[in-house]
Order: sequence, then structure tokens, then C-alpha cells
Amino acid sequence: MNSRQVEIWVGIFVAAGAAALFMLAMKVSNLSTYSNDEGYLVTAKFEDASGLKVRSPVAMAGVRLGRVVDIKFDNETLEAVVTMSIEGQYDTLPKDTSASIYTAGLLGEKYIGLEPGGDDKSLKHGDRIKLTQGSMVLEKLIGQFVSKFMTEGDGDKGDKGDKK
Amino acid sequence: MGDWFQILGQKGLGVFERLGRGCILFYNILAGLHTLIPRPGLVIQQVYSVGVLSLVIIVVSGLFVGMVLGLQGYNTLVDFGAEESLGIVVALSLVRELGPVVTALLFAGRAGSALTAEIGLMKATEQLSAMEMMAIDPVRRVMAPRFVAGFIAMPLLAAIFSAVGVIGGYFVAVDLVGVDEGAFWSQMQDAVDLHDDIYNGVIKSLVFGVVVTWIAIFEGSDAIPTSEGVSRATTRTVVHSALAVLGLDFVLTALMFGEI
Repeated sequence: MNSRQVEIWVGIFVAAGAAALFMLAMKVSNLSTYSNDEGYLVTAKFEDASGLKVRSPVAMAGVRLGRVVDIKFDNETLEAVVTMSIEGQYDTLPKDTSASIYTAGLLGEKYIGLEPGGDDKSLKHGDRIKLTQGSMVLEKLIGQFVSKFMTEGDGDKGDKGDKK
Repeated sequence: MGDWFQILGQKGLGVFERLGRGCILFYNILAGLHTLIPRPGLVIQQVYSVGVLSLVIIVVSGLFVGMVLGLQGYNTLVDFGAEESLGIVVALSLVRELGPVVTALLFAGRAGSALTAEIGLMKATEQLSAMEMMAIDPVRRVMAPRFVAGFIAMPLLAAIFSAVGVIGGYFVAVDLVGVDEGAFWSQMQDAVDLHDDIYNGVIKSLVFGVVVTWIAIFEGSDAIPTSEGVSRATTRTVVHSALAVLGLDFVLTALMFGEI
């Protein structure tokens, strides 16, 4: 094997390795869904942001518009302050858009769902979404359901007792 | 009884002695790297023998590992009606763990053992001493190019392994068991992160490349210069590399993915 052939084979090998890395980056990972466009930042305060993570999706009408970039705790209002980055091309969201934290599927990951309002002005960089609805915590819901069920049960008995 | 303690102490000291010699060799190799800059031909020759000649085994095993992952993942996921997540299972297990680890094990068996045997035989036939007689430093002339070649070849081989494995998993998932093609790719892209998963996988394979090549070169240069000594050194290379790779993999995984 002369040195020219060796060099050609090494070249092929390195090119194949680079192609494999490129394929992993473009086809397998989320690089292709990244946008360089940083977009504009909007904040929202939630009573409960449990389950939400940095990089969770922000969606409206089921289409992803951006991502959560930061989750902080506000010492004064004792609420979670969520900063989200929305891609620059979506610049016509009404100012009174509301934000809620939903779960994808029954046990899936949390995401922020936006619902449009009717304001003529649109959201800009640094604005705050005022209408919010925090995470639904399954344990709380079950707890509420059970306690409501119990009190209703008691109430029914009481009503019947009154009629009699 | 006294003999027993003596032997134990001797063995213990021997382990530290070898570790120390290994570290000194590692340092000497690093110190000799700059001499390779004007002579890239030496490295290219070694990339050929450790990288190109390992390609076939890496591609074939990557394909089969990916296909097995596809089948096994399907069998488990179909019970939960989550067979669309097959792409995530295949890609994450390959990129994070199986790609770097299995490649490193195969690399130790295919390229590491060959390195040890080559250097050990050079030592046994006194070629290394002959070089020293000619005022050529064998660490710089023989070992440094092999070390650099291992460092270059290992991440490339691991990337090829993972990519071929994903393609193998794709064939099984989409063509064999009928998972939807769009769901396979889109779920995979949603779950695999460029930084967290792919970069960390590449870092792992770089570390494994350094460790396996280091062990192989050290065992070769430390071999008893007889045919039996070379054969023992070759065995030790494969065993020690495998143990080091698996142990380091746990440490690296804990550092990279452990959310503690």
C-alpha cells in the first residue's frame, strides 16, 4: 500500500466521520429546529409553574412560537416569573394575550399555551402577560375533587334531612 | 503467612510502579507532541491503521446494535402504545452511551491490541533500543503519532457508529415494524439535544480514545520482551481498557447527565 492510497483512505475516513457528526447534528438532534433569530422576550407571572422547565415550548394554536428562557421566583408577590422568548416573525400577538401552563398528553411535559385576546396593540419586547393560569397539579385536582365529592355527599344528606 | 504478606506488598507496590511509569510515559508523549507538527505523514499513517482498518467492524456492529435497539425498544414500547418514541430510544441510547462505549470496547480489541503487539514486538526485537542508539527518541517517533491517531480516530469512529446505528434503527422501525417515519424523526429531534447529548457523547469518545490508546501504548512499551510477555501485554491492554472505559463511563455520565 503506497502512501498515496493511505492518504486517500484517511481522507475518506475523516470525511465519513465528519459526515456522521453532521448527520447526528442535523438529522438526529434539535439543531434544525433552532432559530438564530433570538426573538423578543415576554414575561408572565404564574401562581404555580411546577413542571415547567427552561426550554419548554411556548405555543399558540398548537404551533410553537418560542421557548421558555428563564424561570425565577418573585420575592414580593411570591409567584413564579417566567421569561419566554418568542420568535421575531410572530410580532402580531395581541397585547391582552393570556398564558396558561398545559400538559402535553396526560403525563407529558409542560408547555405554555397562549390564547389571543382582542387588543389592537401587539406584544413587544419586555411586555408582561397579565392574564395567566398556572400549572394544574394532579394531586391538588384529585384532592379538590375528593373534598368536593365528600362535602356534596354531606350536603345531599343534609338536604334530604331538611325535607323530611 | 509472612510470605503471603510479602507477596501482597510486592504486588501492591508493582501496581503503583506501573501506574507511575504509565503517567511518566503519558507526560513524555504529551511533551513530544510538538515534534509531530512538521511531520504529519507519521500521524496519517497511524490514522490509517487504527481508524480506517477499524471502519468495517464499527460500521457492521453499529448497524446491528441499532437494529437490535429498534426491535427491543419496539417490543417494550408497543405495550404502552408508545412505539412512536422508538426514535428517541434508539437515538438517545446510541448517542449518549452505546456509541462511545461500544466503539471504545471494539477499538480496544481491534486497534489497541494491535498497537500493544506492535510496540511490544518492537521492544522484543530491540528496534526501540536501536532507535535510541541512533539518537531517535522512540517516544516521539513511535508512540506520539499512535497516540494522536487514537485521539483523532476514536471520536470519528464513535460518530460513525452512532449514525449508522440510527440508520439501522430507522430501517427496523419504519420498514420492518411499521412505525410512522415522520413521528420517528420528529420525536427524535425533539428529544435529542445538540449540546447535552451529542457534544457530551463526543467528549466521552475523546476521553475514551485517549485512555485506550494510552493503555495500549504503555502496555506495549512496558511488555516483557519475550513472545509470552507480548501476548500477556496484549491481553492486559484489552482487559484494562475495557475496565477503564466502563468505569470512566459511569463517572462521565454522572458528571454530564446526573442532575444532582
